Amino acid sequence: MKPTSANFYTNVDKALVDKTLQKALRKTAVGFPMLRAKAIDALPEFDTLRDDAVTLKNDVLDNLDYYLERFETKAIEQGGQVHWCSDTQEANETVLKICQAANAKTVTKGKSMIGEEMGVNEYLEEHGIEPIETDLGEYIIQLRNEPPSHIVGPAIHVPKEEVAEAFKEAHTELDAERSLEEPQELLEEARAILREKFINADVGITGANFLVAETGSSAIVTNEGNGDLTQILPRVHIVLASIEKVVPTLEDASTILRVLARSITGQDLSVYTTFSTGPRRDDDIDGPEEFHVILLDNGRSEMLGNEFRDMLRCIRCGSCLGHCPIYTTIGGHAYGWVYSGPMGKVLIPNLIGHEQSKHLPNACTMCGKCEEVCPLRIPIPTMNRVWRGKEHEAKYSSRASRIALGFWAFMAKRPKLYHLLAGFKYSILGKIGRKKGRFTSVPFASAWTEGRDLPSPQGRTFQQQWSDRGGKR
Amino acid sequence: MVSTPNNAQSLNVGLFVTCLVDLFRPSIGFATVKLLEDNGCIVSVPENQTCCGQPAYNSGDQKNSIEIAKQVISAFKGFDYVVLPSGSCAAMISQHYPLLFKDDSQWEAPAKELATKTFELTTFLTDILKVETVEATFEQQATYHDSCSGLRELGIKNQPRKLLSSVKGLELKESKKAEECCGFGGSFSVKYPKISERIVRDKIEDAQKTETQTLIGGDLGCLMNMAGKLKRENAPMEVRHVAEVLAGMTDVPAIGEGEDK
Ligand code: SF4
Repeated sequence: MKPTSANFYTNVDKALVDKTLQKALRKTAVGFPMLRAKAIDALPEFDTLRDDAVTLKNDVLDNLDYYLERFETKAIEQGGQVHWCSDTQEANETVLKICQAANAKTVTKGKSMIGEEMGVNEYLEEHGIEPIETDLGEYIIQLRNEPPSHIVGPAIHVPKEEVAEAFKEAHTELDAERSLEEPQELLEEARAILREKFINADVGITGANFLVAETGSSAIVTNEGNGDLTQILPRVHIVLASIEKVVPTLEDASTILRVLARSITGQDLSVYTTFSTGPRRDDDIDGPEEFHVILLDNGRSEMLGNEFRDMLRCIRCGSCLGHCPIYTTIGGHAYGWVYSGPMGKVLIPNLIGHEQSKHLPNACTMCGKCEEVCPLRIPIPTMNRVWRGKEHEAKYSSRASRIALGFWAFMAKRPKLYHLLAGFKYSILGKIGRKKGRFTSVPFASAWTEGRDLPSPQGRTFQQQWSDRGGKR
Repeated sequence: MVSTPNNAQSLNVGLFVTCLVDLFRPSIGFATVKLLEDNGCIVSVPENQTCCGQPAYNSGDQKNSIEIAKQVISAFKGFDYVVLPSGSCAAMISQHYPLLFKDDSQWEAPAKELATKTFELTTFLTDILKVETVEATFEQQATYHDSCSGLRELGIKNQPRKLLSSVKGLELKESKKAEECCGFGGSFSVKYPKISERIVRDKIEDAQKTETQTLIGGDLGCLMNMAGKLKRENAPMEVRHVAEVLAGMTDVPAIGEGEDK
């Protein structure tokens, strides 16, 4: 997907007037946090579990090469194949090669953020292979030709009426007059359509919530079971995973599972947690003939060595999104790429380049809610500040804002001059504004006063008054 | 340790007024002075203070942040404590200054020293001076907004509520979203005014659902943001800083309220 993060202001304007989106966001802002809060209330040891998960992930990052090699060895021992890809181009080419070797016409897909990052659907389509998303949310946005607006609920911005519209447009073989008002009817239609696709697909592509080094397995977590059908029915199963998804042992996988679903949907566990280990063995009743794992780097090894290393602990639970005042105001698409919310602010500049996504780390009030709810305790505000520092150094910020900041800092470092000028200026402002108590429009603060008043200064500054009284210095 | 107000062993307290209070609402500064003096502190206001440096720090301007921090560290040498009527500026000094100097052998120790003796006002009163009650009357129902930095970086939650509960006539009612951000975020509110405006709109809606007359908080930036929105919407709810209420200095017009009304 071509990023539109550079058009952040336009994206935001669009989002703010989109009534349907705003309605959906209201629900998200209440729904997910409530579910999480309930789950955590019921589990007093949740904070200890978080600490365990942090320790585990830090160990993984400290020894990433070791665990990845171990994973590779084990996966090969189980009859699988591992493909190391440094960027999305290489990953797409590898996927295409595997599909072509399998003579694939259609490919079913489980939900995969790495797939989104790669733009694998577009790539396969360009090469004559039809990808079919099988996660209901992903299927809906695929029909609508959109990126996900939430990493866990990709179609949370689409109300059921619009889902019905998309279905009627796409499923032309069905009776045009059929009723699609109830969610159940939508679900049944999607299920019937997808069932056939599952059976006919030549290749199934899934993501991975983690890769287990000790067994060479990949694991996915879903609520619909679509991932299972995607990886079991076709002849070939391809797993798309970024390198930081590896964990040492099955026990470690369960450490992460215990905090993952609780952090977003409040479930103890998602409905399906499925481990895949190699292709089908002789005595297996089902499973693919080939098992491939794409290990994608795409900027991660660089993050391992820079200030954004902690971001690699992210398990894509999505908790920070629904708790973020910005995300719940503008929605996912405004961020302009496949990730969004607090985690997206840190990740996107790392993955698509900082200059074009420089707004994202700035569009943050530093309220700290994301860090508070992140199961992996990722210091997102701190990392936003690091991006801002890089922006300041690279002079990506606007000239006007740099001049304003420079002038302010010049004054702030000269207390005498500062107090003199401030005393003068604020006394006058106070005189003008005191009667009414506020300004409804201020030339130098028009951005502020467009939507709210600016309370007026009271008059003489505190410092002036303190001097007047001969207060102790 | 001080058991009751007024018999405190005289502590030398440096008041960091904060730039917003200095420029926009000196009455908060004087309320702070009163509360400290009532509880036995000797209050000084060093002249060499302007701002804690957050605007530079949060804009990624490391160089100016460091220079401003050095100025603050020097200005506040020698006090027993440094107190601020703001959670976010207190967090800047106590949490972030040490980080600014973590590789600086000359300044790291003084930065840490200042950090450990710097407190937000209500925390200082309850946790250090062990103040249980204040002498003030405010015949109102009110709701409290927890400003983000104070809440999440310094754990300020019960301290202001505890003190407010001793104000005669005041009844506190919690709003659902008391802990949610008001959308101010310093320069965020000017860089992304539309997002900021939408967030504060939700915030004041929630506050008004408590059907109280006053919104109280501990950070002037957030309070100016919420007051500005309430006034724009012609809402009757008034906004005040916790220091003014605790000091019984509520005769001045509320934030954004005029002398004429
Ligand atoms: S940053 Fe934390 S809260 Fe956000 S998606 Fe990642 S793990 Fe979840």
